[in-house]
Amino acid sequence: MSDLPSELHYTATHEWIRVEEDHSVTIGITDHAQDLLGDIVFIELPEEGSTVAAKDELSVIESVKAASDIYAPVSGEIIAVNEDLADAPETVNSSPYEEGWICRILPSNPAELEELLDADTYAGMCE
Amino acid sequence: MGKRTALFENHQQSGAKLVDFGGWDMPIQYSSLMEEHRAVREQAGMFDVSHMTIVDITGPDAKPWLRHLLANDVERLHPNQALYTAMLNDEAGVIDDLIVYQRSSGYRLVVNCATREKDLAWMNSHLANFDVTLTERSDLSIIAVQGPQALSILAPLLLNYSSLTEDSLSGLKPFYAIEADSVFVGRTGYTGEDGAELMLPHHDAQRLWDELLSAGVKPAGLGARDTLRLEAGMNLYGHDMDETVSPLAANMAWTVVWEPEERQFIGRAALEAQREQRQEQPSRQVLKGLVMETRGVLREGLTVHCQLDDGSEAQGLITSGTYSPTLKHSIALARIPANTTSCEVELRNKRIPVRIVRPGFVRFGKKVFD
Repeated sequence: MSDLPSELHYTATHEWIRVEEDHSVTIGITDHAQDLLGDIVFIELPEEGSTVAAKDELSVIESVKAASDIYAPVSGEIIAVNEDLADAPETVNSSPYEEGWICRILPSNPAELEELLDADTYAGMCE
Repeated sequence: MGKRTALFENHQQSGAKLVDFGGWDMPIQYSSLMEEHRAVREQAGMFDVSHMTIVDITGPDAKPWLRHLLANDVERLHPNQALYTAMLNDEAGVIDDLIVYQRSSGYRLVVNCATREKDLAWMNSHLANFDVTLTERSDLSIIAVQGPQALSILAPLLLNYSSLTEDSLSGLKPFYAIEADSVFVGRTGYTGEDGAELMLPHHDAQRLWDELLSAGVKPAGLGARDTLRLEAGMNLYGHDMDETVSPLAANMAWTVVWEPEERQFIGRAALEAQREQRQEQPSRQVLKGLVMETRGVLREGLTVHCQLDDGSEAQGLITSGTYSPTLKHSIALARIPANTTSCEVELRNKRIPVRIVRPGFVRFGKKVFD
């Protein structure tokens, strides 16, 4: 089984969510997702300062094999974007939980965080 | 569980990620598609393509039968030479594309895996009046060793398997084959690089695979095989053509031999009618290469919006598309009207201009279009 840090939250659509000390959340895709996609070649990053609703399309990741939509796990304002991925999208393959983060959102409805999955539940869905 | 080639355990030991391919469990990639692709372009990679079907054709009528069965003409072959051809149905649709090798006695065909049953049924249904024997060679594995260093690594290793000498291998011309002691070596491939396709008994294949691995040849999966063949501008059956597509609309006109006129190959009448009709059709369908240097990846099935030379618009279709690891942008094959002057592809509700080029993007490691 792929790497699934227990301190993170997850979605059924393979995003991970880390709640930061300032109550913002950092978002990326799981190790399982990057493994399914294979070599990632382009990432269409969301726009910093824009507002998204939960389950909105946030970004598109293209690998050699396939294109995959990334969805906003929670509603809120996008307060940071990992611009490094524009030139080095393969970072998502090599470091999905660290350098391969996609963006940070300031949640407008923290209750949505309750609906996210824990590592065990997500792992069960991937099997 | 699908069918397994003799090299299944070799793949597992190399950490292959397996997928179902035409009923076979085949490696899609080992470590990384990009690394496997690069190895073939720059050094040497190897593919297990034992899922493909080998059929040996023998008997006094082997040649006349193949001249009837295939749109290309085996009469043109020199001893030990290979040719690429379509096998057409009566309506001139492509049943399959295949390679024919001429042997000292008879011929060897290699046909696609997914089309095996219909190919064999078609061949067997056209045997009447010909004294020909078809022998499927499921006792042989096929390993494709491809890349600029492929032959120099392979040659010394092959000495342990047959009486073939290093000289006989290095003297082998492209699209020719040699064989000895149940080892068959064709200087052919599906990558746009130099290399060989080996057909040999399963137990020898297992051992040779490991020896090639130790000699630095990188195992490569079907993922890299697809990006490599698409960069080389080679068709993939079931994607770039099938029974509903004319070879003339699939960049295969060069494989059709019209002379002599009395050679009645299957599909000839229909194909002649198509050829005549097409001469009067400026917007006849042709297979072209597309290049998109901006971000994004062209994918099979996407619509191509074509501006024609008479000012009208028409639609085309991407039949194969990928990101090119060598060129670092997207490339595709697309069926579009011949009189297209410019075209755009719709990606996420945006129309992106793409360039039209001859099919063929990379050859011997280098970009080959302007």
